[in-house]
Amino acid sequence: MPSLGADMDAGTLLEWYVGPGDTVKRGDIVALVDTDKAAIEVEVFEDGVVGELLVPPGEKVPVGTPLAMILPAGAAAAAAPAATQGAELPAQEAAADTGTQPGTQPATQPATRAATVAAPVTAAPVPATAAPPKPAQPDAGRRPAATPAARNHARELGIDLGTLQGSGRHGVITSQDVDAAARATPGSGAGTAAGPGAHVRASPLARRLASEAGIELSGLPGSGPGGAVTQDDVRAAAGQPARAPSPTQVITPAPARPAEGAALASEDEDERSAAMRRAIAAAMSRSKREIPHYYLSLHVDMTRALAWLEETNLQRAVTERVLPAALVLKATALAARDVPDLNGFYLEDGFHPSQAVHLGVGISLRQGGLIAPAIHDADTKDLPALMAALRDLVKRTRNLQLRSSELTDATMTSTNLGDQGVESVFGIIYPPQVALVGFGRILERPWAENGMLAVRKQMHITLSADHRASDGHRGGLFLSAIERHLQHPEEL
Amino acid sequence: MKAPITSESELRALVIDLLSHVAPEADAATIDPDASLQDQLDIDSIDFLNFIMAVHETTGIDVPERDYAKVATLNDCVRYLAAKAG
Repeated sequence: MPSLGADMDAGTLLEWYVGPGDTVKRGDIVALVDTDKAAIEVEVFEDGVVGELLVPPGEKVPVGTPLAMILPAGAAAAAAPAATQGAELPAQEAAADTGTQPGTQPATQPATRAATVAAPVTAAPVPATAAPPKPAQPDAGRRPAATPAARNHARELGIDLGTLQGSGRHGVITSQDVDAAARATPGSGAGTAAGPGAHVRASPLARRLASEAGIELSGLPGSGPGGAVTQDDVRAAAGQPARAPSPTQVITPAPARPAEGAALASEDEDERSAAMRRAIAAAMSRSKREIPHYYLSLHVDMTRALAWLEETNLQRAVTERVLPAALVLKATALAARDVPDLNGFYLEDGFHPSQAVHLGVGISLRQGGLIAPAIHDADTKDLPALMAALRDLVKRTRNLQLRSSELTDATMTSTNLGDQGVESVFGIIYPPQVALVGFGRILERPWAENGMLAVRKQMHITLSADHRASDGHRGGLFLSAIERHLQHPEEL
Repeated sequence: MKAPITSESELRALVIDLLSHVAPEADAATIDPDASLQDQLDIDSIDFLNFIMAVHETTGIDVPERDYAKVATLNDCVRYLAAKAG
């Protein structure tokens, strides 16, 4: 059971997406795990063949419990019938090795624990610097070229990318291609994707209700986004267990036991909400207890950047439109590369800067609470790609469909409260990170320059940083770097 | 793209439906037609962009950023789309 955040001590395995004998590659999603915050898709962190599944669905286990065996690809046939213990050892050693590399281990547990965490399937947060960026993996020959969004989308819809023609640059498959394929194949919605390993899209709540009612999710037509099975679908099915519900019955409100079902759902949501509150409380208390914060701020003139953005957005299709939020994230990611003292993890043996910039983004949930998943390699994505990643991340966070690496890889976090009208953010660092950048709303204000007064669009950018890892001087350089990048939006 | 929608009541129903995808609590009974959608539905700039994209997808109407102020309330939005569709 991987640690999916500083505040997690146990997780419930909800579903396996792989079985013994399946070949897996680093980054593949192998299981769905429920934490206090959300149901998280867990990624495998090495190549190999799945051996025994050690934890059955529905079981809650502490962080560090092995979930499954991953056998080295070649050794699978020989090792499978052999002793389980023997096969587990190499994985543990490998994990222990990565755990000792400086700057690579965001887990906050001591090394011995990290080794156990890392042992089988996934594990300890994937090392941030040792790991090559995922798109650079040398498996392009096998995997069709596709944008990450298209890849996710195809997986959601149960579409095989290998069957698609890409319409993007250099034949890259885009989300639109996947959509087109989905429209052309009416049976490709999640509920009907029947291939082995294809999994049913469903909300975490729907999953739980179905499991409590003993209903097979794969038998239900989904009425949610992308054909996802929703709690209403499950309740409709539960009300009429004798026959499979038709789509029209799904749309009508659940007839049989709506009161009981609703009470169940609301209790469940209350419980999740309380659990999330506790998780946030634990992480933030730890931060304030352990991290000596220092705070800096800067008013940045956004006039030029916004004019440039409006101009370029006019040329873009509505689906490619870029928001100021993405512009600011990109400038921040570049600044994190310029001033590495603020990007990385503070562990027991000190600060480990990260070469990769995985920018966490604070995303509020409609039902209350907050999750700050990472946009991987935010410094190397161009603006449209960063914007697409941001939209995708917001959507999946609000649907509680995140992946393990997104929860553990962030090397720095940002939070933008401008939409709420906030002028300045005074943030609390998310451990073991060492910096949190806050963005306020963009406001027209008087701005004096060269003895002249003008009205300019300004944003107040704040930095909360860990004084154990950096000093105000470096923090100041970092904020100035953000400002400098925002004055050259065409280079972002 | 669906068949063109021109009647104001159809447009109003469509806008509310699209809003309900970004803000689940949006419904005809609770929306104040003359108050800012972003404020009353607590939708952020990404939600709003998703709404504008959904408008484009269902009606073919592209609302450029400089016109966002003209679609800020339900009534304004319906008027704007009716003018563009007509």
